Amino acid sequence: MNRLVLLLFLLTACSITQERLDQGKRIAFERNKGNCLACHAIADGESPGTIGPALNAVANRFQDQQQLRAFIFDARQFNPETSMPPFGKNRILSDAELDWLVDYLWSLP
Amino acid sequence: MPLTMSLNNILRLVLLPALLWALPLHADPHQDQTELRQYYRHLFPQLTLADYRNGVYAIDAVARESWQAIEEFPPYEPAIDQGEVLFNSPFANGKHYADCFPDPGIAHHYPQWNTAQGEVLTLPVAINACRIANWELPLAYPHNDLLNLQAFIAYRSRGKPIDTTVPENDPRALAAYQQGKAFYYQRRGQLNFACATCHIQNAGKKIRSETLSALLGHTANWPVYRLKWGELGSLHRRFAECLEQIRAQPLPEQSVELRNLEYFLSFMGQGIPVTGPSVRK
Ligand code: HEC
Ligand code: HEC
Repeated sequence: MNRLVLLLFLLTACSITQERLDQGKRIAFERNKGNCLACHAIADGESPGTIGPALNAVANRFQDQQQLRAFIFDARQFNPETSMPPFGKNRILSDAELDWLVDYLWSLP
Repeated sequence: MPLTMSLNNILRLVLLPALLWALPLHADPHQDQTELRQYYRHLFPQLTLADYRNGVYAIDAVARESWQAIEEFPPYEPAIDQGEVLFNSPFANGKHYADCFPDPGIAHHYPQWNTAQGEVLTLPVAINACRIANWELPLAYPHNDLLNLQAFIAYRSRGKPIDTTVPENDPRALAAYQQGKAFYYQRRGQLNFACATCHIQNAGKKIRSETLSALLGHTANWPVYRLKWGELGSLHRRFAECLEQIRAQPLPEQSVELRNLEYFLSFMGQGIPVTGPSVRK
């Protein structure tokens, strides 16, 4: 049983390759993609905005990755007056791009 | 819900909706004006009403410094001169703009409610009305001559407080005002922003490296020589650009929607001195 858990853990760990994290970072930083830097300080991103909170230790702020994904998909579900664009709902980002983004944010210290 | 919630978020959730987003739909314009000004006074206690004429430079000291350096050799100066020449050139019938506007210092009267037409009259439309009355073809929106004329007229109006009113005896004026206000608060575009999201809710904060200006004074400084445009442009061109940024449908200059929007903004900024033409990044 323990071995199975370990195996599952390793499988998930391997699926989050560095390449995925790099893609996620690109989506977060690029102006015509997520442009999250417009509002959030993130890692080494240059001249971030101050509209939203700094995105560090994101994994501590959500129950699981699914919940983080739901927040980025449509933050209005969590706060109807939010300034944050509904990235999934309005198809600003694709499903794959959202997945990369979640992996990247989850990895932030 | 995210597990932690900062004080800021709690303020945003509880206070702001009460202050702004729950403005009663049929609040009277004066009440809107009072509430909005209270909100900004709270955000920027150091500013006087007149300070808002300088937009973002009233609140961003770093940006203000480079702006003041540019203002020493203002790139809009030739436009004022050309506007004056146009203003004094005779129409084919021998008359002049001065026959419509004896004193060119009238920018603070616009936009105004036009009872006869039952619509908002902006300065460019008033200039064209003068042309039509004198058998000249109206100028297109945008047109360089119009911008230059506006630059000259604004220059002669500098320091005069905006006196836009919403006459109480004409319900159509109130309706135009309400439409302008509704437009400002309506979320739109793929990014789902309202004008109010940036210029009210987040005024003073940074979007990337740009500080967001307050709505007050947004009609005081036109036309603008924007370094990004490399030329003079109108308030409605700036509206279009903000609409494009949020991936919303841009509207043509001087459309009813944009004139009503300008009417709402101008009434909110009533009393702020005209400072056009100006220069912006
Ligand atoms: C225009 C502003 C804006 C943009 C762009 C934006 N956000 Fe946000 N974000 C906010 C605000 C404001 C909050 C605070 C909570 C709220 O108001 O909903 C927030 C909250 C968050 C949170 C929750 C943090 C917490 O502690 O509650 C996450 C995660 C997040 N944003 C991720 C992103 C990602 C990923 C992107 C880009 C794909 C992005 N944001 C783009 C404004 C923005
Ligand atoms: C995503 C953010 C955002 C939204 C939404 C937005 N703006 Fe802006 N706007 C800006 C930024 C950034 C600037 C340039 C800095 C400044 O002056 O605030 C600006 C500038 C302006 C200016 C010029 C101010 C000056 O002093 O020259 C006007 C007028 C304006 N916006 C009106 C609007 C209107 C009307 C809407 C809605 C249709 C709108 N904005 C929506 C970000 C936004």
